[in-house]
Amino acid sequence: MKILGRRKPGPTLWTRRVYRTRPALRLLVWMSLACPAVALAQAKAPLRVCSDPENMPFSNQKLEGFENRIASLIAKELGTTVSYIWWGQRRGFIRNTMNATLQEGRCDVVIGVPEGYDLVSTTPPYYRSTYVFVYPKGKGISVKSLDDPILKKLKIGVHLLGDDYTNPPPVHELSKRGVVDNVVGFGTFYSADNPPSTIIDAVASGKVDLAIVWGPIAGYYAARQRVPLELVPVPSGKGDLPFAFNISMGVKKGNEALKARVETVRRERSAEITAILKEYGVPLMDTGRTHTK
Amino acid sequence: MKTRAWMFIISAAVGLSGITACSSPTPSAATSTTAPAAAATDADKQWTMPNKNQSATRYSAVSEINTENVKNLKVAWTFSTGVLRGHEGEPLVVGSTMFVHTPFPNIVYALDLSKEGAPVKWKYVPKQDSAVIPIACCDTVNRGVTYANGKIFFNQLDTNTVALDAETGKELWKVKQGDYKQGQTITSAPMVVKDKVISGISGGEFGVRGFVTANDVNTGKQVWRMYSTGPEAEVGFPGSVETWKGDEWKRGGGTTWGWYSYDPELDLFYYGTGNPGSWNPDQRPGDNKYSMTIFARNPDTGKAAWAYQKTPHDAWDYDGINENALVDINLNGQMRKVLVNFDRNGFSYVLDRKTGELLQANPFVVVNWATGVDLKTGKPIEDPAKRTSAKQNTKDICPSAMGGKNQQPVSFSPRTNLFYVPTNNLCMDYEGVEVKYQAGQPYVGAIVVSKAGPGGNRGEFIAWDPSAGKKVWGIKEPLSAWGGALSTAGDVVFYGTMEGWLKAVHAKTGEVLWKFKTPSGIIGNPMTYVGPDGKQYIAVLSGIGGWSGIGVAADMSLDDPTAGLGAIGAFKDLASFSNQGGVLTVFSLP
Repeated sequence: MKILGRRKPGPTLWTRRVYRTRPALRLLVWMSLACPAVALAQAKAPLRVCSDPENMPFSNQKLEGFENRIASLIAKELGTTVSYIWWGQRRGFIRNTMNATLQEGRCDVVIGVPEGYDLVSTTPPYYRSTYVFVYPKGKGISVKSLDDPILKKLKIGVHLLGDDYTNPPPVHELSKRGVVDNVVGFGTFYSADNPPSTIIDAVASGKVDLAIVWGPIAGYYAARQRVPLELVPVPSGKGDLPFAFNISMGVKKGNEALKARVETVRRERSAEITAILKEYGVPLMDTGRTHTK
Repeated sequence: MKTRAWMFIISAAVGLSGITACSSPTPSAATSTTAPAAAATDADKQWTMPNKNQSATRYSAVSEINTENVKNLKVAWTFSTGVLRGHEGEPLVVGSTMFVHTPFPNIVYALDLSKEGAPVKWKYVPKQDSAVIPIACCDTVNRGVTYANGKIFFNQLDTNTVALDAETGKELWKVKQGDYKQGQTITSAPMVVKDKVISGISGGEFGVRGFVTANDVNTGKQVWRMYSTGPEAEVGFPGSVETWKGDEWKRGGGTTWGWYSYDPELDLFYYGTGNPGSWNPDQRPGDNKYSMTIFARNPDTGKAAWAYQKTPHDAWDYDGINENALVDINLNGQMRKVLVNFDRNGFSYVLDRKTGELLQANPFVVVNWATGVDLKTGKPIEDPAKRTSAKQNTKDICPSAMGGKNQQPVSFSPRTNLFYVPTNNLCMDYEGVEVKYQAGQPYVGAIVVSKAGPGGNRGEFIAWDPSAGKKVWGIKEPLSAWGGALSTAGDVVFYGTMEGWLKAVHAKTGEVLWKFKTPSGIIGNPMTYVGPDGKQYIAVLSGIGGWSGIGVAADMSLDDPTAGLGAIGAFKDLASFSNQGGVLTVFSLP
């Protein structure tokens, strides 16, 4: 279509994918002349990953996130490279990436989704994390439970994800406990003005007294503050929504062959994957699964 | 041939001279029998704004095509828009030029009707960052352009309001209304009132605080902006902040992505605001004003004369942005200047458009979340069992979040005094919780499943008597009636279906007189005009998409009934009826 041709080569997936795969193809042609056996091994299609372009510590277009690192690791094991489809992880993410038929919108794997996430086929979990309380160390705050009466007095930061009912479980559970007036919402439309670190920056600078944040985000940004911060898992009381979740890889439904290959790598390289998660400060819990080789 | 009777009493000669000339509201003729039998005026021959006139009645006084001869209607010519996604809205005709818009990338075509086959006179292709697509929520629709003073105005998905020279397609000015990186987009058509262009904003799903903006038609300079929620100085009306906890009004929602109407006599324009934003209802106690509200505002200052909230403290996503038609009707033996609104929540509201007094509220589809509306307080009488909650199953709520009627605009014929209303017959379940994720975070959310209401048909095209508050006739549709209505002085009413049928029905009886299957499903609105050759034409955009058609438009997985915010559950079989693709089809008598 004319419009697409006219578009500036910006940060779209399409252009990125072309840049990333074309040299490989050229190499392939060259190698197929020189060495047919190697060429065959290289001829594997790239691992097509659906990913958020600006959502550290998970992923970004500079490939700095831990999901980028894990994607590279898997691709390497599969003897191929990663090609990314970038799309914001909001409503319509799967619809516009994995389940889209348009040429510019196709991919097969999401590196991190909750186990059992119904829009994709999930592998067994490779890590478990939890929502955590984040507050400055040594400032007299010590919160271990949502039932702590001090939560009615502190200024509490939480992430807002979107429309009704699509908010993190602590938001619902605070509301159930009547903690409403003193809760401050933080947007997840990340931009230069609102980077993902904003909520943790607010704890460090004292704009809020405490925040309740999903573990990987909290762990990564807390480690980058000058003020030492305490991270305490939020325990789930009786009748509460869960706060800890198993995270799996998601593969396009119906692609069992790819799922088996990805799952094999995940299992065999689990130590390296865990090392990457630790490097990024992800608070880890036991997934409750035993991984046998 | 029948005479073209039943003209509006209206200053004729609109020509290309501007919108205010064709602003006389239909009501003056609505119930009057004294309207002179005259030829259709130049204003009637054209279609210069989305809903035909500033009263938003979508009624054309042209009558060449009538109940007798409509059966002979044939395709005159067609035009492919070159865009696949959902095509809402309608083309305009000004003089001998037709203006056709598309969904993202929001191309505008000018077609020369004076030449055979209507060749392209000019084409405007906006330069938009493609990064806006992943941010728009419910398909990349656009509801059309509007015309005034030799200029074409429209809103791009990336929130730019643009003015083009109608003759050449040259861009005259462009003004950015918001930041798509913060979830703000625009899908609605602007409206010109006097020397101002009025535009809204979309993005309620992302906590965007709704507003309307007036820009100078000649320069694009912002004249005023008024918000749906917040302090009186920013809303132009008191009483919002105290209906929210803390500063939640800052994320208040109440976006303004619907249609606009204007009464030049009262000098007020009308529009609706959407659902409150971002928190679950438990977290935003209070009425959450002025979400879900009909506003009447002064176009020069932006200040509101009145505001009526239809669904206080929304828990169903009954996004209250539907159009407000301005008509004069007989209520209890007395002529009243009213505003009629068919809301997503299933009630048809009749208000005094000067004072905002609620005169009537009757369900026009199956409604069970409320048993009625208290006319004194204006508040719905809710059934507590149907109020949704994140932590409990609430079954069989009618209508569904998709509404008793969605964006598809109604039509009112002053010849029959009836409204023609495309409706949805959909109910929904809020079922338990399931794991979801967004912005890298897992959470549990409610599953919303839309499904066919009683009877199994998912839509019905109805004729509605606003004086009696009753349905007169109805045509059951297997899918929702998601396209708008057109009524004409030939007593023929037109509407499109999601399968792609354009239907012509008898305005008085509802008898289907003619139908034609267009290339794709219709979610746009039929319009009519008189061409340079003096013949009457009917035109409609087909191109399935929008919320209901998102499954086909984005080729979503059909095994997940909750995908597309519940739309797939209700429209799983759509792909067997219709494929995507934007095409304009134009009809005339042989």
